[in-house]
Amino acid sequence: MLDVARLRADFPLLAQRENGHSLVYLDNAATTQKPQAVLDAITDYYRTTNANVHRGAYDLAIRATEAYEAARATLAAFVNAWAPEGVVFTRGTTEAINLVAGTYGRANVKAGDSVVVTAMDHHSNLVPWQILCQENGATLRMVEITEDGRIDLADFGRALERRPKIVAFPYVSNALGTVNPAAQLATLAHAVGAVVVVDGAQSTPHLKVDVQALDCDFYALSGHKMLGPMGSGALVAKPELLDAMPPYHGGGEMISRVWDDHSTYNKIPHKFEAGTPNVEGAVGLATAITYLERIGRERIADHEQALAAAAIEKLTQIEGVTVYGPRGRGDRAGVVSFTYGDIHPHDIATILDQDGICIRAGHHCTQPLMRRLNVAATARASFYLYNGLDEVDALAGALVKAGALFGYVPA
Amino acid sequence: MDTSPPDPHLSALYQELILDHYRRPRNKGTLEQATHTVSLNNPLCGDEIDLQLRVDGDLIKEARFIGRGCSISQAAASMMTQLLKDKSIPQALALADRMSAMMQGDEGAARDKTLGELRALAGVSKFPVRIKCALLPWNALTDAIKS
Repeated sequence: MLDVARLRADFPLLAQRENGHSLVYLDNAATTQKPQAVLDAITDYYRTTNANVHRGAYDLAIRATEAYEAARATLAAFVNAWAPEGVVFTRGTTEAINLVAGTYGRANVKAGDSVVVTAMDHHSNLVPWQILCQENGATLRMVEITEDGRIDLADFGRALERRPKIVAFPYVSNALGTVNPAAQLATLAHAVGAVVVVDGAQSTPHLKVDVQALDCDFYALSGHKMLGPMGSGALVAKPELLDAMPPYHGGGEMISRVWDDHSTYNKIPHKFEAGTPNVEGAVGLATAITYLERIGRERIADHEQALAAAAIEKLTQIEGVTVYGPRGRGDRAGVVSFTYGDIHPHDIATILDQDGICIRAGHHCTQPLMRRLNVAATARASFYLYNGLDEVDALAGALVKAGALFGYVPA
Repeated sequence: MDTSPPDPHLSALYQELILDHYRRPRNKGTLEQATHTVSLNNPLCGDEIDLQLRVDGDLIKEARFIGRGCSISQAAASMMTQLLKDKSIPQALALADRMSAMMQGDEGAARDKTLGELRALAGVSKFPVRIKCALLPWNALTDAIKS
């Protein structure tokens, strides 16, 4: 386990009290808290370096550009990107996936083609593909999940028989915590000629990610789920694919020459970064990466898996609690989704909040998955490097109190 | 393990009467001769309600609902359908206003006997994120009347 007490001292918000209790923040799959180093990096950027990037003729603007491009290089190294120019900064995972659907997808998916997604995809890796398929007359094929919350490989194989143009899936499920065999899925998809889009929102913060080893084609990530600022994130892609794609947003920075009625476009990645970028976000994200690397992602993953295992053990001892998703330690990240008898997840979340415990209740932007689990919503605790076993105990204790308050009698 | 007694606001929120309506909802089901039907959901949390009214002239003769969601939204729907029986449309809209006032913390509304059992939901006003749960069936009602 990590030295949680020492790590927590780096996170000012975690020292706050909520409803008279020490804060137990267990909603890290939604967003993470920020270490002082990230807050300082953002402030320092504005105090010492701020100017618009890629256009200034003066030293300050050059330093701002250098800081922005250094952040790109840091992120490229963090996920072992094909090249720094294969890293397009976006507002986050959602924008990155929309970018792929709106450019590569629009150009390559034709009437009669198919696009494959899974029943555990977040709406952000589903709705952009629905829109694309509706616009282009293509078929969207959703791969089923198994009883224990994994991608059904047999159904995945059947979906590939139609030789889809695009196959999209999450590396780690935000609702179940399932760690999918991403490299295996990518190999299978490539064998039928598909391009592979991986939603990395929940994997990048928690696992050692190597996009070249995964051999996907597009990989989307969010900065705010990995200690970085909100509104930061990236699309990591094979440069030759980006080169061949039409642009996404039009505007400044993405052009080469502009005529009255047409334009030529800038080199990648700038072709996909119209307008003034979120430089503070990039700088903050790079600092978050340095922080994570100092601890080590393997150690973070071990820590979270230990917390998840402890939570599953404690929660399943409470009569009436059902935990969803795989039980194996290696194939589950630090996400534990559960229900408790007939106590609705929102009621659970309200009751836990009175003890300063923050969990998520709802459909987790995965309505198709909730339908398959035959629930309207689940409660979800999700862990990060600053959570400790004492917080797992607090969660279990507060759940027992919720049961008592609701007069829950096991059936 | 934390063994402190439940927060008084929480005890007020989850009163016996609310849990009873949640677990044994009144008027749950389909209304054969509905004159008004409205489906509303809360996209953020997934609470759902299908409200059906049988209105004769100006009078709500019967109200039923189908729904799923948290204890607050479902208890509010159950209590509302009881209260609406034989109320006129203007009376129903006035009740919706009183309910809304109670959710904003209006103590006069919380003592208003015309709200009947719904007064048990007064504690929701202390939980701002849950107010939308209590008002979901009432929003369905006003939608149904306006439609």
